[in-house]
Amino acid sequence: MAFDPDNYGLRLFVRYLVLCLIALIFVFPLVFMINSSFKPDSQLLADTSSLRAFLPVGDISLNNYFGAFRRAPVGLFVLNSVLVTGVTVLLSLLICSLAAFSFAFLRWKGRDVLLSIVIATLIIPFETIAIPLLLLVSKLPWIGLDGLHWGWLNTYRVQIIPWIADGLTIFLFVQYFKGLPGELIEAGRVEGANWWQVYYRVVMPLSGPVLATAAILKFLVMYNQYLWPLIVVQQEGYRPVMVGLGYFFQLNVAWGEVMAYLTLITVPVLVFYLLLQRAFIASIASTGVKG
Amino acid sequence: MNLTKHLAGVVIASTCLCAPALAQTKLTMWYHGAGNEVESRILNQIISDFNTSQSDWTVTIESFPEKSYNDSVAAAALAGNLPDILDVDGPVMPNWAWAGYLQPLPIDESEFADFLPGAKGVWDGKLYSVGLWEAAVALFARQSTLDELGLRTPTLDKPWSREEFMAALDAAKASGKYEFALDLGMNDQAEWYSYAFSPFLQSFGGDIVDRSTYKTAEGALNGEAAQAFGKWWQALFTGGYAPGTSEDPADQQTGFIGGKFAFQWNGNWRAVATMEAVDDVVFLPAPDFGAGNKIGAGSWQFGVSAKSKHPEGAAEFIKFAAQDKYLAAFSDGIGLIPPTPSAAQMTKNYKDGGPLAVFFDLSKAQALVRPVTPGYVVQAKVFTKALADIANGADVADTLDAAVDEIDADIESNGGYGHR
Repeated sequence: MAFDPDNYGLRLFVRYLVLCLIALIFVFPLVFMINSSFKPDSQLLADTSSLRAFLPVGDISLNNYFGAFRRAPVGLFVLNSVLVTGVTVLLSLLICSLAAFSFAFLRWKGRDVLLSIVIATLIIPFETIAIPLLLLVSKLPWIGLDGLHWGWLNTYRVQIIPWIADGLTIFLFVQYFKGLPGELIEAGRVEGANWWQVYYRVVMPLSGPVLATAAILKFLVMYNQYLWPLIVVQQEGYRPVMVGLGYFFQLNVAWGEVMAYLTLITVPVLVFYLLLQRAFIASIASTGVKG
Repeated sequence: MNLTKHLAGVVIASTCLCAPALAQTKLTMWYHGAGNEVESRILNQIISDFNTSQSDWTVTIESFPEKSYNDSVAAAALAGNLPDILDVDGPVMPNWAWAGYLQPLPIDESEFADFLPGAKGVWDGKLYSVGLWEAAVALFARQSTLDELGLRTPTLDKPWSREEFMAALDAAKASGKYEFALDLGMNDQAEWYSYAFSPFLQSFGGDIVDRSTYKTAEGALNGEAAQAFGKWWQALFTGGYAPGTSEDPADQQTGFIGGKFAFQWNGNWRAVATMEAVDDVVFLPAPDFGAGNKIGAGSWQFGVSAKSKHPEGAAEFIKFAAQDKYLAAFSDGIGLIPPTPSAAQMTKNYKDGGPLAVFFDLSKAQALVRPVTPGYVVQAKVFTKALADIANGADVADTLDAAVDEIDADIESNGGYGHR
C-alpha cells in the first residue's frame, strides 16, 4: 500500500510513532536503572548486551535495596539533600525576586551597573571561586543558641547560604518582571500601596511561571550538588545524596546496589518535577497574563 | 557527721576512679572506606578495642567515599581542618608529606621491620605511614587453558619471558576460543594505569621518572627501553590481543570468568570472587620483559596529620592497629595481603598452602613501589594519558616525549619537589 500524504489518520499515526520512539530513547536510561535495581549483579551485567536490560525479568528481588540501605545511610542523605535543597529554593525565590523587583521597578543610582555585574557572574564557573569561598566560610562567625562559633564547615548553613542568591535566578525574575503590564504596578501605587505591598500583592501573584521555572532550576542545581559539599562537609551526618553515591564505588562495584541507590535518589526529583509541572501550568492559566 | 564523711569519701573515690575516663583526649581519624561494610566493621572493632585498652586517648572515625577522599583531604588542609590520623594511599603519601599534610611517624621504623616494603611509607628518609594490608597484581589464567595451549606454567623463579608471554597470547588468539587473549582492564583510567602497567615499563628497563634524582623523566620515560615498551604496548591493541580504552567496565568483573578472555591482568582483590567462579584458576607472576619481573606496590596506610596536637596518641593508635590479629582480620575480611609473615600465617588465604599465598610471595619478590616523589600524583596522570593515547594509536615516540616534557615542566614549576 502506497503512503498517502493526504491520509490524516496515517500521518497522525506516523507522527505519534516517531514521537514515541524519541520518548523511548529518553526513557530508556530510567527504565534500565529501575529494572536493574531489582537484579543481582551477575544477571544485570549479563543482560546489558540484550533487550532484557530494559525488562523486569529473571531473578527479581529487593535485595539491592536492602544492600543499599546497609551500605550507606540512604535516608539520611536524602533527608539532607531535601532539607538543603528545599530551604535554599525557598530562600532563593524570596531573595532573588526581591532583588529583581528592585532592579525592575525601583529607581536608584548605580542600578544598571549593578545589574550588569550580577548578570556577568553567570559566566564565572563555580570551580574558579570554590577555593576562595571555602577559605571564607571556614573563617566566618556564626551565633547559635549555644553562643558564638567560628567557621561554617560541617553544617547545613554552609551548604545553603552561599547558594541562595545567584545571577541566573535574579536575571530570570528581572526579565519576567519587565514583561509584566506596567499599568498594574502604576495602579497599585496610585491606590496607595507601598513598594512592599506592590511586591507581594501585585507582582508575586502574577509570577507563578517564573517562580516555578526558577524553583525547578534551583532545585536541580542544589539536588545535584557535589563539589561544594565534598569540600565543606567532612561529617557523614551532613552529606547529601550525590556525595553519598561514592559509597557504592568500591574496588568491586556492586552495580545492583548502585542502581537501587540511584532509583531511590531519583524519586524525589521526579516527584518534585511532576508537582511543579502542574503548578507551572496552573500558574499560567490563573495569572491571566497574555502576551 | 559520719554520714557526711562517708558521702565525701564516696564522692572523692568515684571522682578519682572516673578521672581517667574523663581525661581521655579525643583523637579524630579520617578513613577512605565509606560504604565498605567489612572494612568499617573491622576498623570500628579496632577503634573500640583501642579506646577501651587504655585511658589516655579515644579515637573517633569519619569515613569518606574513596573516589573523593583525596579531594576532601586537600580541601580540609586548605581550611586548616585536618584530623589527627589520616588514611593515605601509599603513592600519594610523599605528596602529602611534602605539602605539609603529614608529619613523620613518631615511631621507630624497626617496629615494622617485618612488614612488606610496600606497606611502609618512607619519604626523605623518614617513616610517614604504615599500611594494614598490601595488594598485588597477577596474571589470572585457567590451568586448563595453559594445558590446552601447551604452555609452560611460569613461576616466580622462572617467569615467562617476553617471547613466551607473546607466544601465549598468540596461542590463545589462534585457538579462536576467546574474544581477546588478554584483558588489561583498560576502562579504568584512574590509578590503575600507573599501578598495574608501569611495572611493564619498568620490566623493559624504563620508568615513569628517573629515580636517581627524581628531577626529570628524560631518558626514563622516553629512552630506548621506554620506546620498546611503548611499541609493545601499542601492538597489544593494534594486534587485537586486548580490548582498548573503550572496554566495557563490566568485562573486568565477568569477562575472564565468562570465558571471554584467556588471561586477565588483575588484582588480588578480585581473586576470591574469581576462585569461587573458576575451579582451576591460577595466579601467574608478571612476565620478565628483560629487566626483571615487576608488579606495583603500596596500598592505603595510616599516618599522622601535620596539624595533630597529639602525634604521640595518634602513633599509639597506629601501633595498636598494626597488631597481627588485626592485619589478619583485615585480610580475611577483604581478601588483601597481610603485610607481615606472621599475620599471613593467621589468615585462611595467605598461610602456607593457602589459596592466595602466591600473592604474598609475588608481593615479596616482585613488588616495586611507584616513584616515591611528591610529583607522582601528576606523573601518574601524565603516564595514564600517554598510555591511553598510545593504545589508541598515537605515535609512540612523540607521545612519550610529550609526557616527559609535561612531567619535567611540573617538576620545575614545583621547585624540584624538595629533591636535593
